[in-house]
Amino acid sequence: MNNDKLIIGGHEFNSRFILGSGKYSMKLIDAAVKDAGAEIITLAVRRANTKDAENILDYIPKGVTLLPNTSGARNAEEAVRIARLARELGCGDFVKIEIMRDSKYLLPDNEETVKATDILANDGFVVMPYMYPDLNVARDLVNAGAASVMPLASPIGSNKGLATKEFIQILIDEIDLPIIVDAGIGKPSQACEAMEMGAAAIMANTALATAGNLSLMASAFKNAIEAGRCAYLSGLGRVLTRGASASDPLTGFLRD
Amino acid sequence: MENQFFVDSEHLSPEALAKKHEIENNPSSRKNHMEYLPGMEIIESDVCKNVIEQMDSFDYSKYTEKDVKAALRHDKCTIEDFKALLSPAAEPLLEQMAEKARLETSKHFGNTVYLFTPLYIANYCENYCVYCGFNCYNHIKRMKLSMEQIEKEMKVIADSGMEEILILTGESRSQSNVNYIGEACKLARKYFRMVGLEIYPVNTDEYKYLHDCGADYVTVFQETYDKAKYEKLHLLGHKRVWPYRFDAQERALMGGMRGVAFSALLGLSDFRKDALASALHVYYLQRKYPQAEMSLSCPRLRPIINNDKISPLDVHETELCQILCAYRIFLPFVGITVSSRESARFRNGIVKIAATKVSAGVSTGIGDHESKYTGKESDNVQGDEQFEIDDNRSLDKMYKDIEDEGLQPVLNDYLYV
Repeated sequence: MNNDKLIIGGHEFNSRFILGSGKYSMKLIDAAVKDAGAEIITLAVRRANTKDAENILDYIPKGVTLLPNTSGARNAEEAVRIARLARELGCGDFVKIEIMRDSKYLLPDNEETVKATDILANDGFVVMPYMYPDLNVARDLVNAGAASVMPLASPIGSNKGLATKEFIQILIDEIDLPIIVDAGIGKPSQACEAMEMGAAAIMANTALATAGNLSLMASAFKNAIEAGRCAYLSGLGRVLTRGASASDPLTGFLRD
Repeated sequence: MENQFFVDSEHLSPEALAKKHEIENNPSSRKNHMEYLPGMEIIESDVCKNVIEQMDSFDYSKYTEKDVKAALRHDKCTIEDFKALLSPAAEPLLEQMAEKARLETSKHFGNTVYLFTPLYIANYCENYCVYCGFNCYNHIKRMKLSMEQIEKEMKVIADSGMEEILILTGESRSQSNVNYIGEACKLARKYFRMVGLEIYPVNTDEYKYLHDCGADYVTVFQETYDKAKYEKLHLLGHKRVWPYRFDAQERALMGGMRGVAFSALLGLSDFRKDALASALHVYYLQRKYPQAEMSLSCPRLRPIINNDKISPLDVHETELCQILCAYRIFLPFVGITVSSRESARFRNGIVKIAATKVSAGVSTGIGDHESKYTGKESDNVQGDEQFEIDDNRSLDKMYKDIEDEGLQPVLNDYLYV
């Protein structure tokens, strides 16, 4: 397990939990780093450069990678502008692309996301695009230079878990980049399930932010993600594999 | 009991007084409120028709406790469910409504509360809206800030830590023209991250100009969706044209604004119907412009200078709370603003249930931020207020109070791109 690293754009990480942005507090960041072991923390650029965000930047411990996102962008052009602003603010070269032109469900715009990925990858960014799980789009993102692919499990903040499970599985099976499940993970068991399927990492925010005891929930996520990862690496037992096997061999007749 | 709106100022000339009485008492002397004035842009839209059809057929007396309970059980709130939640039958179930509303608010907004402050830059007005302190027949100190004065006010506000500002004017195109407002927006961009506007409705190309100047959010209150009542309350001026006002948000979005805000002034007409129409105005426009950010306000009538008898009538705090819970359940993704017209006690309670945005450090007067924020006596001439506020907490106090409630105050969540 010690050699089991998450590699994104050539950077190595031990932790497979990424803290999403959205509902921030210092306590949340503290719990995510100390109790969930997060090494990557998302920062909404639109909240940066304010009294609050200065505190957030100060609060992020050394060694933790900042992942600025482009929330607020409605098209590729705006996402590119926000990513470049993040770089100017000193947030590094990682960027999570979020492009929404729907204020109700906050679903990502796949087409614009591919365009922005192409521009920013060429610009030297480590691009992590948030997307609706569609295999063709995932392949386009690979070709555009993405460093990972981040399909949504269910709508942001819904805590509804793996509503797009079958389609995420297809991405895991067919795409060679790390598949990081983002949005909709409401509880540790859902994180564990996604990791068992072979997801490379989990991003969550609301599930922690709204928990009764932040630090306890953060360590629950850490343990669940590790358990799911171990199960995936060990190869799931026959009762859990997809499909079913008959107790009497179906090809037994060949030996009769 | 109806509000008594008509007040005669002793400062009016006999001719002005005669005209005032004529338009108050003789409906045929008033312009047709459904007819556009020259220069007003007409757009193709079916939003208004949809909203008014629903409002006209809304019979809230037919809903029962069973309908309300069903609405609370449903995962998605339909228009019918929303109507039940607005009905008198829902009042005994207010606590259950609040619980559901709180859950929806936390799913979409977490525990965050956004803060902003309004800045009135002029109080000249060409309209006679009988309930408003700025109305053209009300004898108040009128004023329009110069760019230097605006910048001074903005500095004082920005120094307090505020990052979002809402620029307001009285509704006078001649005194506060679009260029004047545009220049104020350019100044505001220097001091604030987010600039909103609450001014008289304008045409699409003018909204585009104001957007280019740095404004990105437009608030227009329809006051009442009841056209017949509207006609009796807005007796004179361009604001009298009801349909031009109704389409203002759509023109703002066509002009490139990121977001728009809506409201009826509760207490002017049947508040249940006005609440239904306000939310449906958001609902239908969101379907047409899904990328737009939308928010709802919920102002109630307040006393004004020279008329301290104006009140919100039957819209008590309980009814207001019911409306806000219903808004939240029907439109979980929409911002809800509660202004300083309401008491600190009410605002502290409602941010835990449904509201996502509150104002702080508020003055509805003109050019008085320095004296109000610093306590320094000012030699400057100041303009009178639009209405009396209730909650006069400063930004620092509001920030701390929100934190003490276990919520997270947010000064900015916005980027002008």
